[in-house]
Amino acid sequence: MSISLEGVNKHFGQFQALKDISLDIPDGQLTGLLGPSGSGKTTLLRIIAGLESAEHGRILFHGKDVTRLHVRERRVGFVFQHYALFRHMTVAQNIAFGLEVLPRAQRPPAAEIRRQVADLLEMVQLGHLSSRYPAQLSGGQKQRIALARALAMKPEILLLDEPFGALDAKVRKDLRRWLRALHDELHFTSVFVTHDQEEALELSDRVVVMSAGKIEQVGGPQALYAEPESRFVFDFLGHVNVLGGSLEQQRLSQGDAWVQMPEGVDCAGEMQLYLRPHEVRLQNCPVLHAHLPLRIESISLIGAEVRLELTPCGWDAQQPWEVGISHVEFNRWQPQRGDRCYAVPDVGHLFGIEQTRPRTLNWVED
Amino acid sequence: MSRTQSTLRIGDQPWVKWSLIGLALTLTLLLLVIPLVLIFAQAFSAGPGSLWSNLTDTYTLAAIGLTLFVAALTVPLNLVFGVFLAWLVTRFEFPGRKVLITLIDIPFAVSPVVAGLLYLLLYGSNGWLGGWLADKDIQLMFAWPGIVMVTVFVTCPFVARELIPLMQQQGRDEEEAAVVLGASGWQLFRKVTLPNIQWALLYGVVLTNARAVGEFGAVSVVSGNIRGETNTLPLHVELLYQDYNVAGAFTSASLLACIALLTLLVKSFIEWRQARQRMPVSDQSDSI
Amino acid sequence: MSRNLVGFASASQNKPGKRVLPGFALSLGISLLFIGLILLLPLTGLIMQTSGMSLAEYWAVITDERVVSSYKVTLWAAAIASLFNGVVGLLLAWVLVRYEFWGKPLVDALMDLPFALPTAVAGITLAALFSEGGWYGQFLTALGIKVAFTPLGIVVAMSFTSLPFVVRTVQPVLEDLAPEDEEAAVSMGAGDWTVFRRILFPALWPALMSGVALSFTRSLGEFGAVIFIAGNMPYVSEITSLMIFVRLQEYDYAAASAIASVVLMASLVLLLAINLWQARYLRRLHGR
Repeated sequence: MSISLEGVNKHFGQFQALKDISLDIPDGQLTGLLGPSGSGKTTLLRIIAGLESAEHGRILFHGKDVTRLHVRERRVGFVFQHYALFRHMTVAQNIAFGLEVLPRAQRPPAAEIRRQVADLLEMVQLGHLSSRYPAQLSGGQKQRIALARALAMKPEILLLDEPFGALDAKVRKDLRRWLRALHDELHFTSVFVTHDQEEALELSDRVVVMSAGKIEQVGGPQALYAEPESRFVFDFLGHVNVLGGSLEQQRLSQGDAWVQMPEGVDCAGEMQLYLRPHEVRLQNCPVLHAHLPLRIESISLIGAEVRLELTPCGWDAQQPWEVGISHVEFNRWQPQRGDRCYAVPDVGHLFGIEQTRPRTLNWVED
Repeated sequence: MSRTQSTLRIGDQPWVKWSLIGLALTLTLLLLVIPLVLIFAQAFSAGPGSLWSNLTDTYTLAAIGLTLFVAALTVPLNLVFGVFLAWLVTRFEFPGRKVLITLIDIPFAVSPVVAGLLYLLLYGSNGWLGGWLADKDIQLMFAWPGIVMVTVFVTCPFVARELIPLMQQQGRDEEEAAVVLGASGWQLFRKVTLPNIQWALLYGVVLTNARAVGEFGAVSVVSGNIRGETNTLPLHVELLYQDYNVAGAFTSASLLACIALLTLLVKSFIEWRQARQRMPVSDQSDSI
Repeated sequence: MSRNLVGFASASQNKPGKRVLPGFALSLGISLLFIGLILLLPLTGLIMQTSGMSLAEYWAVITDERVVSSYKVTLWAAAIASLFNGVVGLLLAWVLVRYEFWGKPLVDALMDLPFALPTAVAGITLAALFSEGGWYGQFLTALGIKVAFTPLGIVVAMSFTSLPFVVRTVQPVLEDLAPEDEEAAVSMGAGDWTVFRRILFPALWPALMSGVALSFTRSLGEFGAVIFIAGNMPYVSEITSLMIFVRLQEYDYAAASAIASVVLMASLVLLLAINLWQARYLRRLHGR
């Protein structure tokens, strides 16, 4: 069941939460709506579900216009941020709820409902909790029950509002993996909302990055990370090292730092060079095309690679630079705090002061 | 959430603590317990036989009957109204919502005599509506309909005031979830909302009932004090007292006091149940 | 899978659409109907009656000497009763929240007795207690203090009936006090009274004020509990509610309405003030 949004607008009083959103969500994919708070992502999700209505625009499920359809009729599954489990019902009763409120003609017999509930509990691996009450469950368990409850109606569209927001880091990681596996097995169209970029990038087939009611960029996690199309996406998805300065005669310079532009770059003026941590190498001496002196401020050893935090020497950057090196390289080089070194860019993204789309620069021939 | 007993509190030294407790208990005794005792003591003062005849006196029985009748009409009406109003103001946004919430407090602030007067001025034979009704031979004042109306007026906030904060605190999430799952309006209310508010609802009903049974000022104004017909039990108490029939007055008073005590009992029970619900049997493993 | 489709291609503006949760129209209708009929309609009777008087007449009635005396008596008694309740209520709330002792649940439940007990019952009970031969009256007369049939009796009755307002408003706030503030102050060496005065009392102050104001409002309108013990002597111990009643019995509807309008306006102003105060300073209106 694919979802299409055309020109969706939403105001809350004076505040415009969504500005002319148009989006296509393909059938069977797990799509993440990513953005900071206030970006409109939850509002968009609720509009898809029918829990809010848009003033302008259309919502289509598989080509059929459902804009005017009441949420009850849309047959979507919705998992709320704070679970919204019915506190006075047992786990089994919660999951059975959707089946039990079906009109008499469509309602399965009680034994059948019990069987389906048992199957769902098996699927979420919580069969032993069927007669507990929500207050007796942990956060992760509640979330899985909420999911089972939504899935009981066999929806073709599953919507999740910050599903793991209220959980501890480890539980979150486990649930992420589990949700992905479930999705791969059952193939519904899922849309979930999150402000955690790591979660979005890890979980989704496609990510929709939103900011201030607009869609900044849509794409696969890989593309989004490697080729961000705007400053916002750059800044939001992971750390970025910035060199701001003036570009004259193929050289971008500020203070003691300068970078030589590769062939074919002949613009001039105030520019900013955005570099991802993995697009920069560190060396003891500068190279032909770049002179970026930095001093090592802190070394973080825990993790798959060693993270170095560096401050500029003789020039300014708004935030410290971050570069990652492998443990092997770290052991070989053995840098200390306070050491000076030079950054060497391999790939960079150039922004003009007024520009929102960057221009990708390559210094490495391949 | 467990509150660890903090050792750094003021007023925990034994002499402070026990003198404050002693003072509080003395005040409670003097202000609350002894008056209660007096009621029953006076009721029995003329002997148990007299107690029975006082209770089964025709006018007393009529007063009891009228009081019960009034309560039987008032409580369901206000229950329905309270639930609908609470649903309206806690589940929807619309202009004038806050005005409605303030309006419902009016009977709380208004003196009961003024409340009675308002109804008398409207429905009495001099009032514009009352005059019109009199032409049709319908008399509401100085008869039981008037008593029911003012009692409804005086007791209408109770259910709403119990439900509104609770429903606001509980939020819409569960109801939204039920709608997404396909529940109709009535299914939603019956299966999701009602279980969540049942104790507050019961408490509101109990309060409404207590006040409906005991209302005096407003009913005095509109009742006409016709023995056997338009005297509720509180009015009957007044009548007996002014006739210097002290034992009789206190007999009826003790009946009302029993209802009050029952109200307190039910309230305590409700609070005990609510407290129990807030402390789930903790079996939360650290696993997901 | 059957679908109920209401689709038409339209890129133009959508109407606000059906609300997600059901029952808006129904609950709005019922609420407005009820509020209009029960609360607002009766006000028209009063308005018509008072607008039938000329301004001069109106002024003369509400500034009549006897009426003005009743204002003074009522206000003065309500103020004293509320202040007394402020102190006693705070003490009772403190003891109930901070200490454990045998019989505490009983004492806690009894706090609601004046609320649950019919005012007429409270009235005759207090009158019997404080009359010269009564259980308390005996001692007080020996000390030279007369309570029954004096303004002091009014204070006692008002204090009794509105005590729960203070206790029940302060209790939840006391329960929710952050222990850290107190701990910090004590660990810095502050004495008990200082900690109370500078840390706890400021935190309790809004709730206390609110409770006292509610007590005051209730006392202003108190009728049933007062008239038995007050003696009701004009210019001395006659409350305004009774004045209205007296005028009614004289069939002077106009005067009764005029006085009632003053009382009503005062109550509404107080109600508004309390609501604004609570909206600003208190999280919740109700305890537990």
